[in-house]
Amino acid sequence: MGVDQRVVLVTGASRGIGRAVALRFAEEGYAVVVNYMGNEEKAREVVEQIEAKGGQAIAIKADVSKQEEVEALLQELLNRFGRIDVLVNNAGITRDNLLMRLKENDWDAVMNTNLKGVYLCSKAIAKVMMKQRQGRIVNLTSVIGQIGNAGQSNYAAAKAGVIGFTKSLARELASRNITVNAVAPGFIVTDMTDKLPEELRNNMIQAIPLSRFGQPEDVANVVVFLASEQSAYITGQTINVDGGMVMA
Amino acid sequence: MSANIFEKVKAIVVEQLGVDEEDVNMETSFEDLNADSLDVVELVMALEEEFDIEIPDEDAEKIKTIGQAVEYIKENQ
Repeated sequence: MGVDQRVVLVTGASRGIGRAVALRFAEEGYAVVVNYMGNEEKAREVVEQIEAKGGQAIAIKADVSKQEEVEALLQELLNRFGRIDVLVNNAGITRDNLLMRLKENDWDAVMNTNLKGVYLCSKAIAKVMMKQRQGRIVNLTSVIGQIGNAGQSNYAAAKAGVIGFTKSLARELASRNITVNAVAPGFIVTDMTDKLPEELRNNMIQAIPLSRFGQPEDVANVVVFLASEQSAYITGQTINVDGGMVMA
Repeated sequence: MSANIFEKVKAIVVEQLGVDEEDVNMETSFEDLNADSLDVVELVMALEEEFDIEIPDEDAEKIKTIGQAVEYIKENQ
C-alpha cells in the first residue's frame, strides 16, 4: 500500500446507497472499509467486487449504535490501514408507522442507528482526523428530514437531527481542516424504497420535477465530490440529490 | 519527579500547539499560548494518553496553566 493511499469508511455499505458509495470510492482509488451489521454475505460481495477491479477493501461488522463496537471497528481499521481520510455515515434503518401506532422500540431503533450512530462514529473518527489535521465527514440524511412524511416521524426526526449535527460539527472541526457535510437523497431506487406501495410511488413521481427516481450512483457521485479536493471550501451544507423534489 | 512530568507535558504542548519550547514554563497558561477550546480538549486527550489517567471534565476545566497540569498529573498518576 502506497503512503498516499487514502482510506474511506462507509457505514452500512453492504447494500443500497452505501454499497454504491463504497464502489464509487474504490473507483477513485481509495482503500474502502465496508461496514455492515447483518448482511455479511452482501458485504463480502462488495469487497470481492472491489478486489476484482484491483482495489483494496475489507468488511468489518459493527453495530454503529454501540460505542464498544464502533471503537473495535476503528481499531481494526487503523491496524489495517493506519489512517482514515473520509467517514461516510450512511447506516440507516426504517421502522415506519403512524405515530398512534409507533412503538417505543421502533422509535428507539431508528434514533439509535440513524442519529446516535452518526454521533458515535463521528466522535471516534474525528479524534483521529484531528490529529491528522485533515479529514472529511459526509452524513447521509434525507429529504424526509426536511419535508417530513406521514408514517415516518421517527425517521424524519433522526434525519433532521443529522442536519443539525452536521452544521454543529462543521463549526467545531473547521479549524482542524475537517469538513462536515450532508447529502439528502430523495426517492432513490433501493431495497428501502422497494418496500413502499406502488400507489405511493406513483404519487411521489408527480412531485419530482425530473420525473424519475434516482439511482444509488447519483448519490454516490455527490458523496465522492464532498470528499474530494474540489469541495475544500464547502462545509456545514446539506446537498439534495432528489431530482428537484425539494428546493431550499 | 515533577521535573520529569513537566518535560513530558512541555513536549506534548509544544507538539499539539506548535509553540516554541522557550515559551512554555510552569507559569504559562494555555490562554497565553493562544489555545482555543478544541486545542485544550486535544491537550487533555493527549495528556490522558501519555500518563494513562482519566481527567474528568470538571477537573479539566480547572487546569489553566502548565503548572496546574503538572500538579494534577502528579496527584492523580
